[in-house]
Amino acid sequence: MTLLTVERIKLFSTRSPWWCMILATVLTVGLTTIFAATVKSQDLADFDPGTTQFAYNFGLVVMMVMSTLAVTTEYRFSTIRSTFLAVPTRTPALLAKGVVVAGLAGLVGEVTAVGSWGLAKVIQPDAPLSLNTANEYRNVFGVGLVYLFASVFALAVGLIVRQSAGAIVIELVYLFLLENLLPAIPRIGDHIQHWLPFTVGDNFIVANQTHHADGPPVIEGMPFGPWGSLVYFAAICLGLFVIGCALAKRRDA
Amino acid sequence: MIEAQGLTKRYGRTVAVNDLSFTVQPGRVTGFLGPNGAGKSTTMRMILGLDNPTAGTVRINGKRYSELHQPLSKVGALLDAKWVHPNRSARSHLRWIAASNRIPVKRVDEVLEAVGLTSVAGKRAGGFSLGMSQRLGIATALLGDPGVLLFDEPVNGLDPEGILWIRQFMHRLAAEGRTVFVSSHLLSEMALTAQDLVVIGRGRLIAQTSTREFIDAASESAVRVRGPEMERLHGVLTSQGLTVRDVPDGDDGPAALLVPNASTDQIGELVGKVGLVLHELSTKRGSLEQAFIQLTGQDVEYQAGRPGVPGGGPVAPPQAAGGVFTPPPANATTPGGNGR
Repeated sequence: MTLLTVERIKLFSTRSPWWCMILATVLTVGLTTIFAATVKSQDLADFDPGTTQFAYNFGLVVMMVMSTLAVTTEYRFSTIRSTFLAVPTRTPALLAKGVVVAGLAGLVGEVTAVGSWGLAKVIQPDAPLSLNTANEYRNVFGVGLVYLFASVFALAVGLIVRQSAGAIVIELVYLFLLENLLPAIPRIGDHIQHWLPFTVGDNFIVANQTHHADGPPVIEGMPFGPWGSLVYFAAICLGLFVIGCALAKRRDA
Repeated sequence: MIEAQGLTKRYGRTVAVNDLSFTVQPGRVTGFLGPNGAGKSTTMRMILGLDNPTAGTVRINGKRYSELHQPLSKVGALLDAKWVHPNRSARSHLRWIAASNRIPVKRVDEVLEAVGLTSVAGKRAGGFSLGMSQRLGIATALLGDPGVLLFDEPVNGLDPEGILWIRQFMHRLAAEGRTVFVSSHLLSEMALTAQDLVVIGRGRLIAQTSTREFIDAASESAVRVRGPEMERLHGVLTSQGLTVRDVPDGDDGPAALLVPNASTDQIGELVGKVGLVLHELSTKRGSLEQAFIQLTGQDVEYQAGRPGVPGGGPVAPPQAAGGVFTPPPANATTPGGNGR
Protein backbone atom coordinates (compact mmCIF):
# COMPACT_ATOMS: atom_id res chain seq x y z
CA MET A 1 0.00 0.00 0.00
CA THR A 2 2.79 2.41 0.88
CA LEU A 3 4.47 1.62 -2.41
CA LEU A 4 1.30 2.49 -4.30
CA THR A 5 1.37 5.86 -2.53
CA VAL A 6 5.01 6.27 -3.56
CA GLU A 7 4.22 5.62 -7.22
CA ARG A 8 1.23 7.92 -7.06
CA ILE A 9 3.37 10.76 -5.67
CA LYS A 10 6.02 10.11 -8.32
CA LEU A 11 3.54 10.06 -11.16
CA PHE A 12 1.61 13.16 -10.22
CA SER A 13 4.48 15.33 -9.00
CA THR A 14 5.70 15.94 -12.55
CA ARG A 15 3.72 17.52 -15.32
CA SER A 16 4.13 15.12 -18.24
CA PRO A 17 1.58 12.52 -17.02
CA TRP A 18 -1.02 15.26 -16.79
CA TRP A 19 -0.27 16.39 -20.32
CA CYS A 20 -0.42 12.81 -21.61
CA MET A 21 -3.78 12.25 -19.94
CA ILE A 22 -5.22 15.47 -21.35
CA LEU A 23 -3.81 14.77 -24.80
CA ALA A 24 -5.13 11.20 -24.85
CA THR A 25 -8.61 12.33 -23.89
CA VAL A 26 -8.76 15.36 -26.15
CA LEU A 27 -7.40 13.50 -29.18
CA THR A 28 -9.75 10.57 -28.92
CA VAL A 29 -12.88 12.37 -27.82
CA GLY A 30 -12.18 15.29 -30.16
CA LEU A 31 -11.81 13.06 -33.23
CA THR A 32 -14.99 11.17 -32.37
CA THR A 33 -16.83 14.47 -31.94
CA ILE A 34 -15.75 15.63 -35.39
CA PHE A 35 -16.72 12.24 -36.78
CA ALA A 36 -20.12 12.36 -35.10
CA ALA A 37 -20.80 15.89 -36.32
CA THR A 38 -19.96 15.01 -39.92
CA VAL A 39 -21.75 11.67 -40.31
CA LYS A 40 -23.85 11.67 -43.50
CA SER A 41 -27.54 11.32 -42.81
CA GLN A 42 -27.84 8.19 -44.97
CA ASP A 43 -25.09 6.53 -42.85
CA LEU A 44 -26.75 7.45 -39.58
CA ALA A 45 -28.29 4.01 -39.17
CA ASP A 46 -24.78 2.51 -39.10
CA PHE A 47 -23.52 4.90 -36.40
CA ASP A 48 -23.56 2.42 -33.52
CA PRO A 49 -21.69 2.37 -30.17
CA GLY A 50 -18.80 0.39 -31.67
CA THR A 51 -18.25 3.04 -34.31
CA THR A 52 -17.82 5.75 -31.65
CA GLN A 53 -14.64 3.94 -30.52
CA PHE A 54 -12.88 4.11 -33.91
CA ALA A 55 -10.29 6.60 -32.56
CA TYR A 56 -9.33 4.77 -29.37
CA ASN A 57 -5.89 3.93 -30.73
CA PHE A 58 -4.83 7.59 -30.57
CA GLY A 59 -5.36 7.83 -26.84
CA LEU A 60 -3.95 4.34 -26.42
CA VAL A 61 -0.63 5.31 -27.98
CA VAL A 62 -0.39 8.44 -25.83
CA MET A 63 -1.03 6.44 -22.66
CA MET A 64 1.53 3.87 -23.75
CA VAL A 65 4.04 6.67 -24.14
CA MET A 66 3.17 7.93 -20.66
CA SER A 67 3.61 4.43 -19.23
CA THR A 68 6.99 3.96 -20.89
CA LEU A 69 8.15 7.36 -19.69
CA ALA A 70 7.12 6.48 -16.14
CA VAL A 71 9.88 3.86 -16.26
CA THR A 72 12.48 5.35 -18.58
CA THR A 73 12.62 8.79 -16.93
CA GLU A 74 13.43 6.96 -13.71
CA TYR A 75 16.42 5.44 -15.46
CA ARG A 76 17.28 8.70 -17.22
CA PHE A 77 17.44 10.65 -13.95
CA SER A 78 18.63 7.68 -11.89
CA THR A 79 15.68 7.99 -9.52
CA ILE A 80 15.32 4.26 -10.16
CA ARG A 81 18.41 3.91 -7.98
CA SER A 82 16.74 5.83 -5.16
CA THR A 83 13.73 3.56 -5.67
CA PHE A 84 15.89 0.46 -5.41
CA LEU A 85 17.69 1.87 -2.37
CA ALA A 86 14.33 2.28 -0.68
CA VAL A 87 13.04 -1.12 -1.86
CA PRO A 88 16.13 -3.33 -2.34
CA THR A 89 14.09 -6.37 -3.37
CA ARG A 90 12.99 -4.23 -6.35
CA THR A 91 10.02 -6.34 -7.51
CA PRO A 92 7.42 -4.86 -5.10
CA ALA A 93 8.31 -1.34 -6.26
CA LEU A 94 7.95 -2.34 -9.92
CA LEU A 95 4.64 -4.12 -9.28
CA ALA A 96 3.35 -1.02 -7.49
CA LYS A 97 4.36 1.08 -10.47
CA GLY A 98 2.54 -1.33 -12.77
CA VAL A 99 -0.64 -1.14 -10.71
CA VAL A 100 -0.66 2.65 -10.47
CA VAL A 101 0.37 3.46 -14.05
CA ALA A 102 -1.68 0.77 -15.77
CA GLY A 103 -4.62 1.51 -13.48
CA LEU A 104 -4.47 5.15 -14.49
CA ALA A 105 -4.22 4.22 -18.17
CA GLY A 106 -7.26 1.99 -17.78
CA LEU A 107 -9.16 4.82 -16.14
CA VAL A 108 -8.22 7.24 -18.92
CA GLY A 109 -9.31 4.57 -21.42
CA GLU A 110 -12.74 4.37 -19.81
CA VAL A 111 -13.04 8.15 -19.71
CA THR A 112 -12.19 8.48 -23.41
CA ALA A 113 -14.49 5.60 -24.33
CA VAL A 114 -17.47 6.87 -22.38
CA GLY A 115 -16.69 10.46 -23.40
CA SER A 116 -16.56 9.54 -27.10
CA TRP A 117 -19.79 7.56 -26.92
CA GLY A 118 -21.57 10.15 -24.75
CA LEU A 119 -20.67 13.11 -26.94
CA ALA A 120 -21.63 11.18 -30.08
CA LYS A 121 -25.00 10.46 -28.49
CA VAL A 122 -25.47 14.13 -27.66
CA ILE A 123 -24.52 15.22 -31.19
CA GLN A 124 -26.55 12.52 -33.01
CA PRO A 125 -29.52 11.71 -30.78
CA ASP A 126 -31.22 9.90 -33.65
CA ALA A 127 -28.39 7.42 -34.24
CA PRO A 128 -28.74 3.91 -32.74
CA LEU A 129 -26.30 4.68 -29.94
CA SER A 130 -28.02 3.35 -26.85
CA LEU A 131 -26.31 0.46 -25.10
CA ASN A 132 -28.60 -2.53 -24.98
CA THR A 133 -26.70 -5.73 -25.63
CA ALA A 134 -23.68 -7.16 -23.84
CA ASN A 135 -21.85 -6.70 -27.13
CA GLU A 136 -22.53 -2.99 -27.17
CA TYR A 137 -21.44 -2.58 -23.56
CA ARG A 138 -18.18 -4.38 -24.39
CA ASN A 139 -17.72 -2.21 -27.51
CA VAL A 140 -17.55 0.86 -25.26
CA PHE A 141 -16.45 -0.19 -21.78
CA GLY A 142 -13.99 -2.79 -23.03
CA VAL A 143 -11.69 -0.02 -24.27
CA GLY A 144 -10.42 0.71 -20.75
CA LEU A 145 -9.21 -2.85 -20.32
CA VAL A 146 -7.25 -2.70 -23.56
CA TYR A 147 -5.67 0.56 -22.36
CA LEU A 148 -4.75 -1.10 -19.09
CA PHE A 149 -2.94 -4.05 -20.61
CA ALA A 150 -1.35 -1.96 -23.37
CA SER A 151 0.07 0.19 -20.56
CA VAL A 152 1.52 -2.95 -18.92
CA PHE A 153 3.08 -3.78 -22.31
CA ALA A 154 4.59 -0.28 -22.51
CA LEU A 155 5.93 -0.46 -18.95
CA ALA A 156 7.58 -3.76 -19.82
CA VAL A 157 9.25 -2.35 -22.93
CA GLY A 158 10.48 0.56 -20.78
CA LEU A 159 11.95 -1.83 -18.22
CA ILE A 160 13.69 -3.88 -20.87
CA VAL A 161 15.04 -0.99 -22.99
CA ARG A 162 15.51 1.58 -20.14
CA GLN A 163 15.75 4.44 -22.60
CA SER A 164 12.89 6.76 -23.56
CA ALA A 165 13.52 7.27 -27.26
CA GLY A 166 14.47 3.69 -27.94
CA ALA A 167 11.52 2.22 -26.07
CA ILE A 168 8.96 4.54 -27.67
CA VAL A 169 10.31 3.97 -31.17
CA ILE A 170 10.15 0.21 -30.66
CA GLU A 171 6.53 0.48 -29.52
CA LEU A 172 5.46 2.72 -32.39
CA VAL A 173 7.24 0.65 -35.02
CA TYR A 174 5.71 -2.49 -33.62
CA LEU A 175 2.21 -1.06 -33.28
CA PHE A 176 1.93 0.80 -36.57
CA LEU A 177 4.30 -1.04 -38.86
CA LEU A 178 4.78 -4.63 -37.80
CA GLU A 179 1.21 -5.37 -36.78
CA ASN A 180 0.00 -3.83 -40.05
CA LEU A 181 2.65 -5.19 -42.40
CA LEU A 182 3.07 -8.76 -41.18
CA PRO A 183 -0.44 -9.72 -42.38
CA ALA A 184 0.63 -8.68 -45.89
CA ILE A 185 2.99 -11.65 -46.16
CA PRO A 186 1.43 -14.06 -48.67
CA ARG A 187 -0.08 -17.33 -47.45
CA ILE A 188 1.10 -17.13 -43.80
CA GLY A 189 0.27 -13.46 -43.22
CA ASP A 190 -3.31 -14.13 -42.21
CA HIS A 191 -2.29 -16.76 -39.72
CA ILE A 192 0.31 -14.47 -38.19
CA GLN A 193 -2.25 -11.72 -37.93
CA HIS A 194 -4.56 -13.87 -35.85
CA TRP A 195 -1.92 -14.07 -33.13
CA LEU A 196 -0.57 -10.51 -33.10
CA PRO A 197 -1.26 -9.22 -29.57
CA PHE A 198 -2.74 -5.83 -30.39
CA THR A 199 -4.86 -7.25 -33.20
CA VAL A 200 -6.19 -9.85 -30.78
CA GLY A 201 -6.64 -7.14 -28.12
CA ASP A 202 -8.66 -5.11 -30.61
CA ASN A 203 -10.76 -8.19 -31.33
CA PHE A 204 -11.90 -8.09 -27.70
CA ILE A 205 -13.59 -4.76 -28.43
CA VAL A 206 -14.84 -5.29 -31.97
CA ALA A 207 -15.69 -9.02 -32.00
CA ASN A 208 -19.25 -9.91 -33.03
CA GLN A 209 -19.77 -6.43 -34.38
CA THR A 210 -21.58 -6.14 -37.70
CA HIS A 211 -19.08 -4.91 -40.23
CA HIS A 212 -19.87 -1.80 -42.24
CA ALA A 213 -17.94 0.87 -44.11
CA ASP A 214 -17.66 3.45 -41.30
CA GLY A 215 -17.15 1.01 -38.47
CA PRO A 216 -13.87 -0.36 -37.18
CA PRO A 217 -12.40 -3.25 -39.19
CA VAL A 218 -13.48 -6.63 -37.89
CA ILE A 219 -11.16 -9.47 -38.77
CA GLU A 220 -12.86 -12.74 -39.59
CA GLY A 221 -11.74 -16.10 -38.30
CA MET A 222 -9.94 -15.00 -35.12
CA PRO A 223 -8.95 -17.96 -32.95
CA PHE A 224 -10.60 -16.57 -29.80
CA GLY A 225 -13.93 -15.05 -28.93
CA PRO A 226 -13.92 -11.61 -27.29
CA TRP A 227 -13.00 -12.68 -23.76
CA GLY A 228 -10.54 -15.26 -24.94
CA SER A 229 -8.90 -12.51 -26.97
CA LEU A 230 -8.61 -10.35 -23.87
CA VAL A 231 -7.02 -13.18 -21.90
CA TYR A 232 -4.51 -13.81 -24.69
CA PHE A 233 -3.65 -10.11 -24.99
CA ALA A 234 -3.34 -9.76 -21.20
CA ALA A 235 -1.13 -12.85 -20.98
CA ILE A 236 1.29 -11.45 -23.57
CA CYS A 237 1.48 -8.05 -21.83
CA LEU A 238 1.86 -9.50 -18.34
CA GLY A 239 4.40 -12.03 -19.58
CA LEU A 240 6.51 -9.26 -21.05
CA PHE A 241 6.18 -7.33 -17.79
CA VAL A 242 7.44 -10.33 -15.82
CA ILE A 243 10.48 -10.47 -18.13
CA GLY A 244 11.02 -6.73 -17.60
CA CYS A 245 10.86 -7.11 -13.80
CA ALA A 246 13.21 -10.08 -13.85
CA LEU A 247 15.73 -8.11 -15.91
CA ALA A 248 15.44 -5.07 -13.64
CA LYS A 249 16.03 -7.25 -10.61
CA ARG A 250 19.06 -8.97 -12.10
CA ARG A 251 20.81 -6.05 -13.78
CA ASP A 252 22.99 -3.49 -12.05
CA ALA A 253 20.94 -0.38 -11.44
CA MET B 1 29.67 -0.82 10.79
CA ILE B 2 30.40 -1.85 7.22
CA GLU B 3 32.40 -4.99 6.46
CA ALA B 4 33.57 -5.89 2.98
CA GLN B 5 35.00 -9.34 2.33
CA GLY B 6 36.85 -10.13 -0.89
CA LEU B 7 34.63 -7.76 -2.84
CA THR B 8 35.23 -8.09 -6.59
CA LYS B 9 33.49 -6.54 -9.60
CA ARG B 10 34.35 -7.39 -13.18
CA TYR B 11 32.96 -5.75 -16.29
CA GLY B 12 33.92 -8.13 -19.06
CA ARG B 13 37.72 -8.23 -18.86
CA THR B 14 38.07 -5.07 -16.82
CA VAL B 15 38.42 -5.58 -13.10
CA ALA B 16 36.90 -2.55 -11.42
CA VAL B 17 37.19 -3.82 -7.86
CA ASN B 18 39.62 -6.58 -7.01
CA ASP B 19 39.35 -8.68 -3.84
CA LEU B 20 38.68 -5.72 -1.59
CA SER B 21 38.31 -6.27 2.15
CA PHE B 22 37.91 -3.54 4.75
CA THR B 23 35.83 -2.49 7.73
CA VAL B 24 34.33 0.88 8.55
CA GLN B 25 33.84 1.60 12.24
CA PRO B 26 31.01 3.57 13.82
CA GLY B 27 31.60 6.87 15.58
CA ARG B 28 34.29 8.01 13.16
CA VAL B 29 34.50 9.51 9.73
CA THR B 30 36.20 7.00 7.47
CA GLY B 31 37.61 8.30 4.22
CA PHE B 32 37.53 6.17 1.11
CA LEU B 33 40.46 7.42 -0.87
CA GLY B 34 41.67 6.61 -4.34
CA PRO B 35 42.41 8.23 -7.69
CA ASN B 36 39.66 8.68 -10.25
CA GLY B 37 38.61 5.32 -11.64
CA ALA B 38 39.98 3.37 -8.68
CA GLY B 39 36.62 1.70 -8.05
CA LYS B 40 35.26 3.84 -5.21
CA SER B 41 31.83 4.44 -6.68
CA THR B 42 31.49 0.84 -7.81
CA THR B 43 32.32 -0.30 -4.29
CA MET B 44 29.75 2.07 -2.83
CA ARG B 45 27.10 0.84 -5.25
CA MET B 46 27.89 -2.74 -4.23
CA ILE B 47 27.58 -1.82 -0.53
CA LEU B 48 24.11 -0.49 -1.32
CA GLY B 49 23.02 -3.49 -3.37
CA LEU B 50 22.68 -1.48 -6.58
CA ASP B 51 25.41 -3.47 -8.33
CA ASN B 52 25.86 -7.18 -7.79
CA PRO B 53 29.43 -8.12 -6.82
CA THR B 54 31.11 -10.68 -9.08
CA ALA B 55 32.55 -12.21 -5.91
CA GLY B 56 32.71 -11.45 -2.22
CA THR B 57 30.21 -9.93 0.16
CA VAL B 58 29.63 -6.68 1.93
CA ARG B 59 27.55 -6.42 5.09
CA ILE B 60 26.11 -3.52 6.97
CA ASN B 61 25.71 -4.26 10.68
CA GLY B 62 25.98 -7.93 9.79
CA LYS B 63 23.36 -7.91 7.04
CA ARG B 64 23.42 -7.53 3.31
CA TYR B 65 21.70 -4.38 2.11
CA SER B 66 18.96 -6.35 0.38
CA GLU B 67 18.13 -8.07 3.67
CA LEU B 68 17.44 -4.80 5.47
CA HIS B 69 13.85 -4.01 6.31
CA GLN B 70 13.00 -0.33 5.63
CA PRO B 71 16.66 0.22 4.65
CA LEU B 72 16.49 4.01 4.58
CA SER B 73 16.14 4.03 8.37
CA LYS B 74 19.42 2.10 8.66
CA VAL B 75 21.55 3.35 5.79
CA GLY B 76 21.56 6.77 4.15
CA ALA B 77 23.49 7.44 0.99
CA LEU B 78 24.43 10.30 -1.26
CA LEU B 79 26.06 8.78 -4.32
CA ASP B 80 25.10 11.42 -6.83
CA ALA B 81 23.30 14.68 -6.14
CA LYS B 82 21.76 14.54 -9.61
CA TRP B 83 19.58 11.51 -8.86
CA VAL B 84 16.53 13.74 -8.85
CA HIS B 85 13.81 14.30 -11.43
CA PRO B 86 14.51 17.90 -12.52
CA ASN B 87 10.83 18.81 -12.76
CA ARG B 88 9.95 17.53 -9.32
CA SER B 89 10.13 19.89 -6.35
CA ALA B 90 12.65 19.20 -3.60
CA ARG B 91 9.78 18.52 -1.22
CA SER B 92 8.02 16.09 -3.58
CA HIS B 93 11.30 14.31 -4.15
CA LEU B 94 11.79 13.78 -0.42
CA ARG B 95 8.13 13.00 0.09
CA TRP B 96 8.08 9.98 -2.19
CA ILE B 97 11.31 8.63 -0.76
CA ALA B 98 9.98 9.10 2.77
CA ALA B 99 6.71 7.38 1.88
CA SER B 100 8.57 4.35 0.55
CA ASN B 101 9.96 3.55 4.00
CA ARG B 102 7.04 4.81 6.09
CA ILE B 103 8.95 7.85 7.24
CA PRO B 104 6.51 10.50 8.52
CA VAL B 105 6.03 13.57 6.31
CA LYS B 106 7.11 15.92 9.09
CA ARG B 107 10.59 14.40 8.86
CA VAL B 108 10.77 15.81 5.31
CA ASP B 109 10.45 19.32 6.67
CA GLU B 110 12.95 18.56 9.41
CA VAL B 111 15.69 17.46 7.01
CA LEU B 112 14.95 20.35 4.66
CA GLU B 113 15.45 22.63 7.66
CA ALA B 114 18.64 20.78 8.69
CA VAL B 115 20.29 21.37 5.32
CA GLY B 116 18.88 24.85 4.91
CA LEU B 117 16.60 24.27 1.92
CA THR B 118 13.27 25.16 3.54
CA SER B 119 12.88 28.32 1.50
CA VAL B 120 13.26 26.51 -1.85
CA ALA B 121 11.39 23.33 -0.90
CA GLY B 122 8.66 23.95 -3.46
CA LYS B 123 11.04 24.84 -6.31
CA ARG B 124 11.87 22.35 -9.02
CA ALA B 125 15.09 20.52 -8.23
CA GLY B 126 16.37 20.89 -11.79
CA GLY B 127 16.99 24.57 -11.15
CA PHE B 128 19.17 23.98 -8.13
CA SER B 129 22.83 24.96 -8.07
CA LEU B 130 25.37 22.23 -7.41
CA GLY B 131 25.62 23.24 -3.76
CA MET B 132 21.85 23.13 -3.32
CA SER B 133 21.62 19.76 -5.11
CA GLN B 134 24.32 18.46 -2.81
CA ARG B 135 22.33 19.65 0.20
CA LEU B 136 19.20 17.99 -1.14
CA GLY B 137 21.20 14.79 -1.55
CA ILE B 138 22.32 15.01 2.06
CA ALA B 139 18.74 15.68 3.15
CA THR B 140 17.75 12.50 1.28
CA ALA B 141 20.44 10.51 3.05
CA LEU B 142 19.32 11.82 6.45
CA LEU B 143 15.59 11.18 5.89
CA GLY B 144 15.42 7.91 7.80
CA ASP B 145 17.81 9.12 10.54
CA PRO B 146 20.14 6.22 9.67
CA GLY B 147 23.08 4.94 11.70
CA VAL B 148 25.23 4.34 8.64
CA LEU B 149 25.91 7.05 6.06
CA LEU B 150 27.70 6.85 2.72
CA PHE B 151 28.78 9.86 0.71
CA ASP B 152 30.45 9.66 -2.69
CA GLU B 153 32.66 12.66 -3.46
CA PRO B 154 30.35 15.03 -1.55
CA VAL B 155 32.55 18.09 -1.89
CA ASN B 156 33.23 17.79 -5.63
CA GLY B 157 32.64 21.11 -7.30
CA LEU B 158 31.56 22.91 -4.16
CA ASP B 159 32.72 26.36 -3.11
CA PRO B 160 34.79 26.72 0.08
CA GLU B 161 31.73 27.56 2.15
CA GLY B 162 29.97 24.42 0.97
CA ILE B 163 33.05 22.28 1.59
CA LEU B 164 33.38 23.57 5.13
CA TRP B 165 29.67 23.01 5.78
CA ILE B 166 29.81 19.39 4.60
CA ARG B 167 33.01 18.70 6.54
CA GLN B 168 31.49 19.97 9.79
CA PHE B 169 28.28 18.10 9.05
CA MET B 170 30.16 14.83 8.76
CA HIS B 171 32.06 15.40 11.99
CA ARG B 172 28.75 16.06 13.72
CA LEU B 173 27.21 12.87 12.31
CA ALA B 174 30.18 10.79 13.44
CA ALA B 175 30.16 12.43 16.86
CA GLU B 176 26.57 11.23 17.21
CA GLY B 177 27.95 7.70 16.98
CA ARG B 178 27.08 7.04 13.35
CA THR B 179 29.20 5.22 10.82
CA VAL B 180 30.26 7.74 8.18
CA PHE B 181 31.98 6.51 5.02
CA VAL B 182 32.97 9.23 2.60
CA SER B 183 34.88 8.85 -0.64
CA SER B 184 37.23 11.35 -2.19
CA HIS B 185 40.15 11.51 -4.56
CA LEU B 186 41.71 14.35 -2.58
CA LEU B 187 44.02 13.36 0.26
CA SER B 188 44.24 16.96 1.41
CA GLU B 189 40.48 17.02 1.87
CA MET B 190 40.42 13.67 3.62
CA ALA B 191 43.22 14.81 5.93
CA LEU B 192 40.77 17.36 7.31
CA THR B 193 37.60 15.28 7.22
CA ALA B 194 38.42 11.67 8.02
CA GLN B 195 39.91 10.03 11.09
CA ASP B 196 40.37 6.69 9.34
CA LEU B 197 41.25 5.89 5.77
CA VAL B 198 40.59 3.07 3.37
CA VAL B 199 42.90 3.69 0.43
CA ILE B 200 42.42 1.90 -2.88
CA GLY B 201 44.03 2.05 -6.28
CA ARG B 202 42.91 0.13 -9.35
CA GLY B 203 40.31 -1.62 -7.28
CA ARG B 204 42.80 -3.08 -4.80
CA LEU B 205 43.29 -2.17 -1.18
CA ILE B 206 46.43 -0.14 -0.63
CA ALA B 207 45.99 0.70 3.02
CA GLN B 208 43.53 0.72 5.85
CA THR B 209 44.86 2.88 8.64
CA SER B 210 44.27 6.05 10.58
CA THR B 211 44.65 9.25 8.61
CA ARG B 212 47.43 10.47 10.90
CA GLU B 213 49.54 7.37 10.39
CA PHE B 214 48.92 7.36 6.69
CA ILE B 215 50.07 10.93 6.24
CA ASP B 216 53.12 10.50 8.47
CA ALA B 217 54.16 7.42 6.58
CA ALA B 218 53.26 8.70 3.19
CA SER B 219 54.86 12.11 3.16
CA GLU B 220 58.56 11.41 3.49
CA SER B 221 60.65 14.19 4.94
CA ALA B 222 64.19 14.86 3.85
CA VAL B 223 66.93 17.35 4.66
CA ARG B 224 68.31 19.51 1.92
CA VAL B 225 72.00 20.39 2.29
CA ARG B 226 74.12 22.66 0.13
CA GLY B 227 77.65 24.00 0.46
CA PRO B 228 80.64 25.06 -1.59
CA GLU B 229 82.43 21.72 -1.18
CA MET B 230 79.70 19.33 -2.33
CA GLU B 231 81.94 16.33 -2.86
CA ARG B 232 83.42 16.40 0.61
CA LEU B 233 79.97 16.98 2.02
CA HIS B 234 78.68 13.94 0.19
CA GLY B 235 81.54 11.84 1.58
CA VAL B 236 80.99 12.96 5.17
CA LEU B 237 77.27 12.15 5.03
CA THR B 238 77.63 8.75 3.37
CA SER B 239 80.40 7.78 5.78
CA GLN B 240 77.81 8.11 8.56
CA GLY B 241 75.58 5.61 6.78
CA LEU B 242 73.10 8.16 5.52
CA THR B 243 71.42 7.84 2.13
CA VAL B 244 72.33 10.82 0.00
CA ARG B 245 70.72 11.86 -3.25
CA ASP B 246 72.11 14.42 -5.64
CA VAL B 247 69.66 17.10 -6.66
CA PRO B 248 70.77 18.83 -9.86
CA ASP B 249 70.50 22.54 -10.50
CA GLY B 250 66.81 23.25 -11.14
CA ASP B 251 63.64 25.06 -10.21
CA ASP B 252 64.13 24.26 -6.52
CA GLY B 253 67.41 26.15 -6.47
CA PRO B 254 71.04 25.35 -7.11
CA ALA B 255 72.40 21.81 -6.96
CA ALA B 256 72.16 20.28 -3.50
CA LEU B 257 72.06 17.01 -1.59
CA LEU B 258 68.90 15.45 -0.27
CA VAL B 259 69.12 13.23 2.82
CA PRO B 260 65.95 11.31 3.59
CA ASN B 261 65.04 10.28 7.13
CA ALA B 262 67.46 12.64 8.81
CA SER B 263 67.05 15.75 10.94
CA THR B 264 68.64 19.14 10.42
CA ASP B 265 70.13 18.91 13.97
CA GLN B 266 71.86 15.65 13.16
CA ILE B 267 73.35 16.88 9.89
CA GLY B 268 74.29 20.29 11.23
CA GLU B 269 76.27 18.72 14.08
CA LEU B 270 77.89 16.20 11.77
CA VAL B 271 79.07 18.83 9.33
CA GLY B 272 80.17 21.16 12.15
CA LYS B 273 82.46 18.47 13.55
CA VAL B 274 84.45 18.31 10.32
CA GLY B 275 84.36 22.07 9.89
CA LEU B 276 82.58 22.31 6.58
CA VAL B 277 80.80 25.44 5.41
CA LEU B 278 77.10 25.18 4.60
CA HIS B 279 75.01 27.49 2.43
CA GLU B 280 71.75 25.73 3.07
CA LEU B 281 70.28 23.32 5.61
CA SER B 282 66.54 22.85 5.47
CA THR B 283 63.75 20.28 5.88
CA LYS B 284 61.81 19.33 2.78
CA ARG B 285 58.45 17.75 3.35
CA GLY B 286 56.63 16.19 0.41
CA SER B 287 53.12 17.46 -0.22
CA LEU B 288 50.19 15.22 0.48
CA GLU B 289 49.49 15.10 -3.23
CA GLN B 290 53.01 13.90 -3.95
CA ALA B 291 52.71 11.30 -1.25
CA PHE B 292 49.40 10.13 -2.60
CA ILE B 293 50.70 9.87 -6.13
CA GLN B 294 53.75 8.04 -4.89
CA LEU B 295 51.59 5.49 -3.10
CA THR B 296 49.00 5.03 -5.77
CA GLY B 297 51.35 5.69 -8.66
CA GLN B 298 51.23 2.18 -10.05
CA ASP B 299 47.55 2.09 -9.45
CA VAL B 300 46.30 5.04 -11.41
CA GLU B 301 44.14 3.87 -14.27
CA TYR B 302 44.25 6.94 -16.45
CA GLN B 303 47.67 8.49 -16.38
CA ALA B 304 48.96 11.34 -18.49
CA GLY B 305 52.03 10.70 -20.60
CA ARG B 306 52.03 6.96 -19.99
CA PRO B 307 49.82 5.25 -22.50
CA GLY B 308 48.58 2.05 -20.98
CA VAL B 309 50.69 -0.09 -18.73
CA PRO B 310 52.44 -2.47 -21.08
CA GLY B 311 53.91 -5.71 -19.88
CA GLY B 312 52.56 -5.48 -16.38
CA GLY B 313 53.96 -7.91 -13.88
CA PRO B 314 53.63 -7.87 -10.15
CA VAL B 315 53.04 -4.51 -8.57
CA ALA B 316 55.66 -3.63 -6.04
CA PRO B 317 54.22 -3.05 -2.58
CA PRO B 318 54.21 0.62 -1.70
CA GLN B 319 57.30 1.82 0.09
CA ALA B 320 56.40 2.77 3.59
CA ALA B 321 57.94 2.88 6.98
CA GLY B 322 56.39 1.54 10.12
CA GLY B 323 54.56 -1.36 8.55
CA VAL B 324 51.21 0.40 8.49
CA PHE B 325 50.42 -0.94 5.08
CA THR B 326 48.73 -4.23 4.62
CA PRO B 327 50.70 -6.21 2.06
CA PRO B 328 48.94 -6.68 -1.26
CA PRO B 329 47.62 -10.16 -1.95
CA ALA B 330 50.29 -12.53 -3.18
CA ASN B 331 48.61 -13.04 -6.52
CA ALA B 332 48.13 -9.35 -7.17
CA THR B 333 49.04 -8.33 -10.67
CA THR B 334 48.37 -5.22 -12.62
CA PRO B 335 44.92 -5.57 -14.13
CA GLY B 336 45.25 -5.55 -17.89
CA GLY B 337 48.84 -6.64 -17.63
CA ASN B 338 48.29 -10.35 -17.41
CA GLY B 339 48.16 -12.34 -20.56
CA ARG B 340 47.08 -9.63 -22.96
